[in-house]
Amino acid sequence: MSVLKYLPLLRANLWRRRIRTLLTFASVATAFLLFGLLIALRHAISGGVELSGADRLITMHKVSFIMSLPRSYVERVASLPGVRAVTAASWFGGNYRDERSTIVAEAADADTLLAVYPELALPDDQRRAWLQDTTGMIVGEALANTYKWKVGDVIPLHSNIYRKRDGSNVWELRVDGIFRNSNNGDTNALFFHYQYFNEPRSFGRDQVGWLVLRVKDPAQSATIARRIDALFANSDTETKTSSERAFAQTFINQVGNIGAIIAIVVGAVFFTMLMVTANTMGQSIRERTPELAVMKTLGFSGAQILGLVLSESLLITLLGSAVGMLLARGLTALARPALQQYLPLLGIPASAWLAAMGFAAVLGLLAGALPAWSAWRLRITDALRQGG
Amino acid sequence: MHLNGLRQLGAITLMNLRNVPDRLSTSLVAAVGVAGVVTILVGVLSMSEGFRSVLQYAGHDDVAIVLRGGSNDEMSSGLSLDQTRLIADAPQVVRAADGPLASPELYVIIDVPMRTTGTAANVPLRGVGTQARLLRQDFRILSGRMFEPGKFEVIVGQSAARQFRGLNAGSTVHWGSTDWYVAGIFADRGSVAEGEVWTDATVLQNAYNRGTSYQSVRVQLRRAADLARYAATLQADPRLTVRVMSERVFYQEQSRIITAVIESVGSVIAVLMGLGAVFAALNTMYSTVAVRTREIATLRALGFGALPVVTSVLSEAMLLGLAGGLLGCLAAWLGFNGVETSTMNWASFSQITFAFRVTPALMMRGLSYGLLLALIGGLLPAIRAARQSVVAGLRAN
Repeated sequence: MSVLKYLPLLRANLWRRRIRTLLTFASVATAFLLFGLLIALRHAISGGVELSGADRLITMHKVSFIMSLPRSYVERVASLPGVRAVTAASWFGGNYRDERSTIVAEAADADTLLAVYPELALPDDQRRAWLQDTTGMIVGEALANTYKWKVGDVIPLHSNIYRKRDGSNVWELRVDGIFRNSNNGDTNALFFHYQYFNEPRSFGRDQVGWLVLRVKDPAQSATIARRIDALFANSDTETKTSSERAFAQTFINQVGNIGAIIAIVVGAVFFTMLMVTANTMGQSIRERTPELAVMKTLGFSGAQILGLVLSESLLITLLGSAVGMLLARGLTALARPALQQYLPLLGIPASAWLAAMGFAAVLGLLAGALPAWSAWRLRITDALRQGG
Repeated sequence: MHLNGLRQLGAITLMNLRNVPDRLSTSLVAAVGVAGVVTILVGVLSMSEGFRSVLQYAGHDDVAIVLRGGSNDEMSSGLSLDQTRLIADAPQVVRAADGPLASPELYVIIDVPMRTTGTAANVPLRGVGTQARLLRQDFRILSGRMFEPGKFEVIVGQSAARQFRGLNAGSTVHWGSTDWYVAGIFADRGSVAEGEVWTDATVLQNAYNRGTSYQSVRVQLRRAADLARYAATLQADPRLTVRVMSERVFYQEQSRIITAVIESVGSVIAVLMGLGAVFAALNTMYSTVAVRTREIATLRALGFGALPVVTSVLSEAMLLGLAGGLLGCLAAWLGFNGVETSTMNWASFSQITFAFRVTPALMMRGLSYGLLLALIGGLLPAIRAARQSVVAGLRAN
């Protein structure tokens, strides 16, 4: 038995009330457009958690990340067994021209930085240039695009935290390289040499913000983290070491429960769409009761009628979801350049397409269930009488 | 003629509305569609309203906040002890018996686990001067007592106590190498301060190795109008490079980005959901008109004009919109009003605690949006109803 032979019948049924079918289809498509956009937004906000390295740990001051660590900690952590590489970073609080928007700028140890973050992709000549140039910086592609910086430009940055001992607050840095992120992660940041920043600054000398380290075996992460914290326990500066993933998750949790908010909105939207589609199907079946009775008289089985009704509602929700999701993809692609600075990871992850298909199938089955059930149980004599 | 038209209009509209219960399931769908949109719209807006209001309540026009020049927030600001004295001694500042009414303050962050997720959050710990409570007229201790100056004691704002773990009066918390005693819980009429932890500024300086430096000074001005003169006085002093703002402006700046983000995301959601609801309403009203084809044709044959027919369809749509709108407002109020949450204040990288606020103004906004959606959803079907041919309509079954 071929399912395909039912297609003309399905089309004829759906096309009978063209406006109604189109409107239902449009409301389903709108619901999935909204779903796609919200998922893209969530991915943009919390996608960094998935991209964080499984083999990376972050060590910071036990009290809070705004307090600094002695620089000597780098050597002490590097000498622990199982540690592949350690780098130190410090938050610079950079501004360029507009003092309202803070640039993600970090002072770092150049050679170890690139060893700890292998995903920072930099052409070989630019990498060599930066390692030799202590007044240079490397800039992420997204950040460079925002301010139209090119290799060779000298950029005056201001810091909203640090000043030089001579009182000036202009830090000139040459763009030695522009890096991309081979994991498609965030490139809205810049890095420059720690020495360049440590010598002239008026306070906090020989202190670093936090340590980032790569371990040889990710399975050993928890042990190594405990060992690091034990190393500095009962000192003036105690530490707290966590995986990069846990650290990123902590930050995301602080923004608020984005998952719950999105679930509430999507739930409300889908509930409404379920009502709309179920109502349409119900109406359509009520109108066609006599016709269905004739079909049964002609020998269509109850199961065939049930399948036919469910297929109609599934066709609307599946096609509607595909169109909605495609629209969402188009819109996020259009918006990405403008939002790059704020939401670098904007995009619909593969899992969302699967989820959308699943939701569409459930929606279609639920919406068609009641009308299909009544069509299946239809008694020919009653139905024909009603139609007469 | 006019009177006749009006009578027609009233008769046909009433007759139609009386019949709405007959088409209950279809009508319900349109109303629920509108209700869903209104709930979400009001819910999202109540979030930004709540965020804005905790910051607005905190801000007085006659209290000035002084930061280092070039700083936008307390976190990145820094002032020396001498500078804070100069800032407090200006003639525009109110003087009490024991000196000017001013509070030099220190602002740091501590990691405290959130109750909801158990993960660490950046809670603001504010070191305040002895007169801090006089600068906040609504400040009061709810339980326990004020911290004792010079001791490792804190008081906790009531919403911080609810949002974060372990901050109860009488308990001891361990931050860094110090044990802090939680002496009491305070309220400040729902302002941003209720999400903070307070202690004596000099104690905090020692605990955080800050020497004698501060980050901001709050002063009580004689009159709000003195702000410009006060700023001019400080700027004329060569020993100071400062930024002076009224507390209200300072907090408005802090809330600007977050409220803009919430409102623009909320608008996109409301517009798209509204589109979906319009489709649902159109569907309902088209099928209503289809069901009433013969009735409408009969009315037209009896001499009723096109306008009463249009009005009857539109008023049915508007009634459904009104019902949906009211339902949506109720759902938003029950579901969101007063729900307390906290989010990251990107200006200072610290948590800000606030409650959703469903205000009457927001409900009116939701209700008008619901009615607008219903109007759009009813208009096309109404026009179709008025234009259909009488003869064909009478023949329809």
